[in-house]
Amino acid sequence: MWRFVIRRALFGLLVLWLVATTVFLLFFAGPADSVARRLAGPRAPQEVVNQIRDTLGLDRPLTQQYLGFLNKLLHGDLGTSFISQTPVSTLIMASLPATLWLVAGAAALWLTAGVTGGVICATAPRSLRDRLITVTVLAGISLPTFVLGIFMIFLALSVFPWLGLAPGPYIPPLEDIRGFFQVMIMPWITLAVVQAAVYVRLTRGSMLDTLGEDYIRTARAKGAPEHRVTYRHGLRAALTPVVTQFGVDIGALLGGVVVTESVFGLQGLGQLMIRSVRDGDLPVIIGAAVLAAAFIVVANILVDIAYSFLDPRVRLT
Amino acid sequence: MALLEVADLRVTFPTPDGPVQAVRGVSFQVDRGRTLGIVGESGSGKSVSTQTLMGLTQGARVSGSAKFEGRELIGMPEPELRKLRGAQISMIFQDPLSSLHPLYTVGWQIVEAIRLHEPATTKAQARKRAIEQLGLVGIPQPDRRVDDYPHQFSGGMRQRVMIAMALALNPKLIIADEPTTALDATVQAQILDLMIRLQQEFDTALIMITHDLGVIAGMADEVLVMYAGKPVEHAERREIYYAPHHPYTVGLLESVPSVSGAKDRLRPVPGAPPSLLTPPTGCGFHPRCRYAMPRCPVEEPPLIRGSACWLPRDIVGTGPEAARRRSEAAGR
Ligand SMILES: Nc1ncnc2c1ncn2[C@@H]1O[C@H](COP(=O)(O)OP(=O)(O)OP(=O)(O)O)[C@@H](O)[C@H]1O
Ligand code: SF4
Ligand SMILES: [Mg+2]
Repeated sequence: MWRFVIRRALFGLLVLWLVATTVFLLFFAGPADSVARRLAGPRAPQEVVNQIRDTLGLDRPLTQQYLGFLNKLLHGDLGTSFISQTPVSTLIMASLPATLWLVAGAAALWLTAGVTGGVICATAPRSLRDRLITVTVLAGISLPTFVLGIFMIFLALSVFPWLGLAPGPYIPPLEDIRGFFQVMIMPWITLAVVQAAVYVRLTRGSMLDTLGEDYIRTARAKGAPEHRVTYRHGLRAALTPVVTQFGVDIGALLGGVVVTESVFGLQGLGQLMIRSVRDGDLPVIIGAAVLAAAFIVVANILVDIAYSFLDPRVRLT
Repeated sequence: MALLEVADLRVTFPTPDGPVQAVRGVSFQVDRGRTLGIVGESGSGKSVSTQTLMGLTQGARVSGSAKFEGRELIGMPEPELRKLRGAQISMIFQDPLSSLHPLYTVGWQIVEAIRLHEPATTKAQARKRAIEQLGLVGIPQPDRRVDDYPHQFSGGMRQRVMIAMALALNPKLIIADEPTTALDATVQAQILDLMIRLQQEFDTALIMITHDLGVIAGMADEVLVMYAGKPVEHAERREIYYAPHHPYTVGLLESVPSVSGAKDRLRPVPGAPPSLLTPPTGCGFHPRCRYAMPRCPVEEPPLIRGSACWLPRDIVGTGPEAARRRSEAAGR
């Protein structure tokens, strides 16, 4: 078990190193001046280009630059933004909580709603309630996030103004818990709706497969009541693919939830990424990209470990 | 009054293509300490008729009667039926790998079976009993294997686990649905021996379902042969094996693998089973029967003296001589 965990962790580190190296080569390979020009952007004046070349030491040999890059990365030093002149790590740390809270809250919503909906459908396939939920899910999946977001803002401002819901920058919960919820509820729902729709489908399918298994018949033949058959026997087995998907989704979303964050002006990692791409702020782009990759890698390792806890058949040594 | 008395059981599944008449009038009785074999090819309704007794055929239209210790099972409210399932009537299924839950230890699954019916039993007590049960069915080192998962057992050992679980509450009736089909020949024999031993020890009634008459040759007291949802021959073991009357039973006997193993398996009954959406008229077997007479597709032969066939009652047995007499009677 632990050997497996360690092996997966080492493999994850390897992937992260490859990501970092690729990013480095993508941006820093080439003659010093053209690299500096690329970093600064086509419209930047020559002084800025020169300044970038000198501060980053672009005329040093590539291996030396590479070692310096890795060394800084290991110490959490991701460089300094060209635009705001603040350390990239500071910018990221400022944007991270909004994204973390957004994903955490939405995940709780969509997982609950998705699994519940899926189980309700699967226990009565082709019934009226199954069809109703399936149609709703189709609508949910095909609804573009920004349309839903804008519609929610419209509702919040014109129909339920007394709720005090408003789009706006993230408010830390410890600072103003009421304000935190007023800002977060709409993005949570917006992000959760589409995801919940996906999870209803996933759970329904997985649950239908499971409920057709012979061991479900065995459970009934033992005299287990129907709810026990559904949950202890059925859902327990149907959950494995759901957990896998959940880990992968969380990992991908933590890197930034671009559309939802932008619609509500949450100022999380997704928006930081968008802004830095627009401004050509390369150190920030690199930092955010490496962080997003790290989230995905870590999430995948956690999924593998969770998987081996969930299913004794894949329990590895 | 026999332990289980089934009379004119009919089971129909509504499907998008129309009603599937899986069981069309089956009657039998089983008593304590006795074994009934139910034989027939795939799709003949063996599983459906027995699972219906336990209320396991969801969505089916059921008619007829099935009395267990005098209590009617058909239409019995689910909570009452549930008290019988697993406690008074147990089932053993064909494929022990897929019939055991892959994510729980075998101990957990046996403990669950016990505690579902005896909520007062503590987990520790139930576990002790689970270990005893595993020992009883011949699993070595049961106190250690109890914490293993089904995939850690061999096929035969897994079926022993299923048997241990089915016997955990000392049921009065065991329904074994092709318990050895998924196992290889030697293991098959061991499992059958085990079942016979346990049945005699606990004086249980046993229904053995199989598509291979060879499997129950040594254990069934009587045999019910099913074809397309109907009983076509129903008799004491001796009669079925030494003096079969129905051409389908004869065909099944001739397809039994010989002692030397499945290698030189004789020809299976030629033809394919009929559709249960539109079962054949008259005798259900007539499209495949070598001796079909003009009346066969028109008039349905009743089950008289153990066989539902228009051929004269005195023509029985397998082999060329019986075949010649049947052809003669059929006018061929
Ligand atoms: N839930 C269901 N819905 C529709 N048809 C069904 C259903 N369950 C069984 N059937 C049909 O009923 C018929 C009898 O099935 P059953 O499982 O009893 O056959 P069997 O004799 O046990 O065969 P096997 O040897 O393959 O187990 C089959 O044709 C099957 O397709
Ligand atoms: S009744 Fe006719 S068709 Fe049916 S088994 Fe007998 S001979 Fe064959
Ligand atoms: Mg069957």
